[in-house]
Order: sequence, then structure tokens, then C-alpha cells
Amino acid sequence: MMSETAALLHARPMVPQIAHVRRRRHDAPDAWTLELEMAGGARFHYAPGQFNMLTAFGVGEAAISVSGDPADGPLIHTIRAVGPVSKALTQLGPGDPIGVRGPFGVGWPMAQAEGRDVVVVAGGLGVAPLRPALYSLLGARDRFGKVTLLFGARRPEEIVFRREVEHWRGRLDMDVEVTVDHATGDWHGNVGVVTNLLSRLDIDPAKTLAMVCGPEVMMRFVSMALVDKGVGEEAIYLSMERNMKCAIGQCGHCQLGPTFICRDGPVFTYARLKPLLAIKEL
Amino acid sequence: MENLERILSDHPFFHGVNEGFVALAAGCAKNARFEAGDFIFHEGEAADQFYLVREGRVALQVAAPGRGAATFLTLGAGEVFGVNWLVPPYRWVYDAKALERCRLIAMDAKCLRGKCEADHSLGYDIMKRLMPVLIDRLHETRLQFLDLYGSHG
Ligand SMILES: Cc1cc2nc3c(=O)[nH]c(=O)nc-3n(C[C@H](O)[C@H](O)[C@H](O)COP(=O)(O)OP(=O)(O)OC[C@H]3O[C@@H](n4cnc5c(N)ncnc54)[C@H](O)[C@@H]3O)c2cc1C
Ligand code: FES
Repeated sequence: MMSETAALLHARPMVPQIAHVRRRRHDAPDAWTLELEMAGGARFHYAPGQFNMLTAFGVGEAAISVSGDPADGPLIHTIRAVGPVSKALTQLGPGDPIGVRGPFGVGWPMAQAEGRDVVVVAGGLGVAPLRPALYSLLGARDRFGKVTLLFGARRPEEIVFRREVEHWRGRLDMDVEVTVDHATGDWHGNVGVVTNLLSRLDIDPAKTLAMVCGPEVMMRFVSMALVDKGVGEEAIYLSMERNMKCAIGQCGHCQLGPTFICRDGPVFTYARLKPLLAIKEL
Repeated sequence: MENLERILSDHPFFHGVNEGFVALAAGCAKNARFEAGDFIFHEGEAADQFYLVREGRVALQVAAPGRGAATFLTLGAGEVFGVNWLVPPYRWVYDAKALERCRLIAMDAKCLRGKCEADHSLGYDIMKRLMPVLIDRLHETRLQFLDLYGSHG
């Protein structure tokens, strides 16, 4: 049976539903996490890696990944303020209305990951769309092999979800390594690019499935490093960002070669993206 | 000595080196140990050692005006540092500090340079092992310099 959200989306995909901001948390110097409550208290169902189009009324719409736990709790989005829409979204406070269209796209390959070792590689705010996948991996921990999170950030103070990352580090059933590009005296963790962490990692490439999200340049080099370690191009999944407008495969805004990021992605295998990533300024 | 040869050939930097080479290189090597917070070397001093990390983590740092010591790279087991032993004027251009208890192999640079000079195939082999490390570090530094995370994703 179709959920209420799915039925509405199916009938009127361009019409936002109304939600209200329940809580707002500052996560990094320019990033905020919003907890949303759908009108009427309805649950919002989505799969890890899917995204919504969020409306800041009077300003516009932007594609934002869901960053909460798909199995539990409110609808959560983590947003970096870069332009007019994202700035307006991050300035919303408790009680403010917000428009939600979605969920859209094809997310992380949770079913294919079952029985395999999973390496999750996040760069900067790229950890936001990966967080639902991490919750799902940890929520059904015995269905997966080794779980590893490699996380690269610009500076220690820009580690998004820092407390949670520290909590994951303390777990005995996953490995977490964090590295920053730039650090001063009080940081005793790793310094260097995230591919460094990968080169030190001991993996069984035949058993490994990788989920990667971050800036495109980072994803290119992480994918190459994984391939160098023997991981198949079909077992490396990347989440892509392109400007979105309709999010339902109609306007062509998000087209990347023959694919529409909104409808066919945002998650694709490296095998599929490799030729497209090589083209500059697509 | 035999023990050092085994330790050396177990280290990724020397993987696949033929036994004769390992014996030659081991002649220049000794074990070294540092506690957390110890400086392994300081910027400006003579680069008379080349280090292979067996255990522990090392931070490479430069002092930046107004910012104190800035770490630009951390290294762990299986990695090497201190490549300034190879090129004149053989001087450290950064500090190396143990972040935790470290077990290292310290290779005497003069001794190693002498052996590479005397036996060019050893020298070439070592060069082939050092070059990828240097190229990788250069590439990684470029990515750090691009400050990727600030403007995307
Ligand atoms: C599938 C998908 C999922 C996404 N998930 C998230 C998410 O979880 N959190 C999030 O914060 N963003 C996410 N984004 C990116 C987000 O959609 C854009 O950042 C947003 O559209 C910017 O809109 P704007 O009007 O604020 O800025 P614009 O007016 O579009 O841009 C203003 C300036 O910022 C630059 N810019 C645009 N996007 C970015 C960006 N991502 N990073 C840095 N600079 C940028 C532009 O080039 C321009 O110079 C996602 C995008 C896609 C396609
Ligand atoms: S956003 Fe319109 S086709 Fe993808």
C-alpha cells in the first residue's frame, strides 16, 4: 500500500507538502541541520541516499539529501549555506514553514551491500547523504561484513556530526578514521587527504562494496584508489550533485551525458560515471 | 643484524627487495623509539636519518606565523618520512613529532648514500621506491591546497 507521502507525490510531484521546522542545530561553520515535522504529524518514508526538493517560501527550491535515520525519527536535512535558497533554508527556525517535495531518486545499494564488507568514504558535507546509509548498516549490523567509515574534512571544526562520529569511533563493530586537510596544535588526529586513509586500509577487495560522497574531485581520486586496491568499478557507488529543477526527469537541468541525476541517481556506480567524470564542465 | 634484516624486509618500503640489498641496507639501519610528544627531528637540523615507521603515528609540522605548529601530514605504520636525506643540503625543512609511542627504523643517511653511490643498482632500486612516495605526497599536497571541501559537496 502506498504511504500518504508517496501517494501525494505520485499524484502531484511538483506540489510541495508543508512541513514545519522543529529544531535547528549548527553543525559546521556554514552548515545547519533542520529537523522537520510533516503537517499532520505524518511519517516521511524514504530510502538512504534519496533527496527532497526543499522550498524556502518566497525564495526558491533546492535539492537536499535526507540525512536522518530512515527507520526512525523525524525528517532531517543538513544544509550548507552557499546561495540564496540554501541560505534562506538554513535561517529557518522552530515553527517556520518549509516546503517538501520528494523523496526523489535512487539511493545507496543497501540490498547489494548485504553480506559484504562496506567502506563508506565521506568528504566534507558529503557525510550528510551517507548518514542514513550508516544508520541502516548499523541498524542491521549482522547483515553486513566489516563496516568502515573514512571521513575527510577541511579542518577539525568543520567535521559535521562530530559527536556522532566520535560515538561511532567508540563502537567495537565498526572502524572509523577521520582526517583533516589543515590542523593546528590541538588536533591529534590524522592530517592529510582522505585517500591516505584508503591506502592504509586493509581490505578484501572481492568482498568490498564502497559508498562515496563528497566533492567530485575527491570522489574521482577515491574511486581510483579503490580500483588500485582491487575493488571492482561496479562495486563503487558515488552520489552526484547537479543543479536540479523538476527532480522528476522532465526538465533536463540535471542531465549528465545520457543520464538524469534526479531520476536515475543521484547514486551511480563508478563504472557508469567514470567516462562522465572525465569530461570537464559537463 | 639478522633480526633487523627481517624487520626491514617486512616493511612495505622494502617489500620485494632482494636479500642482498636488504643485507646492505640493514648495515645502515637501527631501531629507534620515541614517546608521545617527543620530537624526532627539528626544522633546520642536518637530515642525517631516513625513517621507516613500524608502529605509532608521526606528525610532520611547520610553524606558521600566528598559528603555532601546523601539522600538514600524519603518518603511520608501513610509511616512511625524512626524504631530505637524499638531496643536498641534507637539511630538515619541517619538524617530525611522535603523536604516540613510536617504533621506527632509523637509517643512517650518510651510510645509505654511500652504499647507493657504490652500488648503483641498490641506489636505483631505492630511488624507484622513494619516487612514488614523493609523487603521491606532491599530489596529496595539491589536493589539500585546493581546499576542496570548502566550496563543494
Ligand atoms: C541530489 C542532491 C543532493 C544534495 N544534497 C545536499 C545536502 O544534503 N546539503 C546541501 O547543503 N546541499 C545539497 N545539495 C546541493 C544543493 O542543492 C545546492 O547547494 C543548492 O541548490 C544551492 O542553491 P542556492 O540557491 O543556495 O545556491 P545557488 O544560487 O544555486 O548558488 C550560489 C553559489 O553557490 C555555488 N554552489 C551551488 N551549489 C553549491 C554547493 N553544493 N557547494 C558549494 N557551492 C555551491 C554556486 O556555484 C554559486 O556560485 C544537493 C544537490 C543535489 C543535486
Ligand atoms: S531536475 Fe529536471 S530532469 Fe532532473
